[in-house]
Amino acid sequence: MGKKMNNWRADFPILAQKVNDEPLVYLDNAATTQKPLAVLQTVRDFYENDNANIHRGVHTLAQRATERYEQVRQKVTDFIHGNDWHEVVFTKGTTEALNWVAASYGATHVKAGDEIVLSYLEHHSNLVPWQQLAKKVGAKLKYIELTADGQLDLQSAADLITDRTAIVALCHASNVMGVVNPIQAVSQLAHAHGAVMVVDGAQAVPHLPVDVQELGADFYAFSGHKMLAPTGVGVLWGKLALLNEMPPLEFGGEMIANVGLYETDFKEVPYKFEGGTQNIAGVIGLGAAIDYLQAIGLEQITKHEQELISYVLPQLQAIDGLEIYGPQDPSLRTGILSFNLTGLHPHDLASALDMDGVAVRAGHHCAQPLMNYLGVSATARASFYLYNTKEDADLLIKAILDAKEFFLNGSC
Amino acid sequence: MALARLNNLYRQVIMDHAKHPHNNHPLPQADHELELRNPTCGDVLTVQMKMQDGKIAAAGYTGTGCTISQASASMMTDQIIGKTPAEVEKMVLGFSDLVMGKEVPDQAKLLGDAVILQSVAQFPARIKCATLAWKAAYQALEESERND
Repeated sequence: MGKKMNNWRADFPILAQKVNDEPLVYLDNAATTQKPLAVLQTVRDFYENDNANIHRGVHTLAQRATERYEQVRQKVTDFIHGNDWHEVVFTKGTTEALNWVAASYGATHVKAGDEIVLSYLEHHSNLVPWQQLAKKVGAKLKYIELTADGQLDLQSAADLITDRTAIVALCHASNVMGVVNPIQAVSQLAHAHGAVMVVDGAQAVPHLPVDVQELGADFYAFSGHKMLAPTGVGVLWGKLALLNEMPPLEFGGEMIANVGLYETDFKEVPYKFEGGTQNIAGVIGLGAAIDYLQAIGLEQITKHEQELISYVLPQLQAIDGLEIYGPQDPSLRTGILSFNLTGLHPHDLASALDMDGVAVRAGHHCAQPLMNYLGVSATARASFYLYNTKEDADLLIKAILDAKEFFLNGSC
Repeated sequence: MALARLNNLYRQVIMDHAKHPHNNHPLPQADHELELRNPTCGDVLTVQMKMQDGKIAAAGYTGTGCTISQASASMMTDQIIGKTPAEVEKMVLGFSDLVMGKEVPDQAKLLGDAVILQSVAQFPARIKCATLAWKAAYQALEESERND
């Protein structure tokens, strides 16, 4: 793996720098990933050669820009194994996509007394929109429990999903514990009771092969910036029939078919959702990121992350006083590890790691209900991606041991 | 070793305050009380003050947090005792400038031992940790002004 990984690493110019005089070890990939040259060059090439507004104007640049933008829709469809490119709506990210499902589909389909089933693993972006919807329409929220080792409890899911359930909204992979949820099994439960299955795929699409149809998702959302693409672009995939039933949330240019003084006809899906000038370069950058990921192969990326986690997890487990959250079996997780060192706040730990050039996240990871469930206020989180190496893992371990020595063994 | 640089942030005095914090207890019959949350990490800190003759006679805080937020709360509660609300508000503004790396006139006189937290300015990600308790004290006093 080592040599091949070095080749990928060289595609990411940002990684070749020192931070606080130490080589950068970037382990905050669950927050955002770095961008390969292929993506950076594609965005630059678009601005240098083809930039124009899309879907309007008959001139050559406008046509080229439109073509490049629309090609990505088909690319995304193939990437997540959708059925039809009309099902792919570009958004500014997962958060916007999930908000749209809640505020548009939810507000027109969920009624007073209906139930919305979530889990304790959810990121605030797959939780707060549903809370708001529940308050607005008088629906009830329910949370699927976790097993002792932090996996989704399918028995709890089976108990909570009933004929009263209108929506089941679940992350495909947890942004805190890295655990991958059995979406297919939960979708079957949801559909057996006539509920709609909404999946937050932000932490899954970058890391594992995703087939939205096989998963049984009705809506599936993800972000570009967590999978090598620029920030400010994401995808809402939805079944065509459901997207057709969703009223648009933003009104303006490009999303209309005909505007009169008092009435307006909207365009068809997906255009009725994409009001105003879109993040054209971002979408084109997303296309380049998908090309890059597919050239490596998602199976290969999963395997690489598994190897890194299998390598680093036992070393972390061996550190006295280090608690790791979630399943201890590497095969149940993506490249995300959340942990705490007994007696040391994660902010202090993250500052110490930063002094060793190691970038991790510390905080509640936009998952306060999960933090409460775990009985902690915050954790440190190291998240690996395709360009990370065993050497990065070694430097993480060394930095944690340094921090432990500094804070807990009284060397200061 | 790069960690040597950590000594700039975690000075001995700061570590001592964090390990053995002053005034880290609830204050019975407090006149002013405010709970503040650090939105990035979810840490919650409650600051309480008791007034006598227009001055802060006692101050205390409860809650958990990182070394910086705990040490800062410990130092802050030490420093505001004996001060008027107007003086405290001036101290909080001065402290906020201090940890953002700005020059503060007469900083040692204004803030006492808490000037050691000046080092936080080199660690911008930790400024919110340092200012949490101070903001809570400020807002607690402001709130009661509004209610008066």
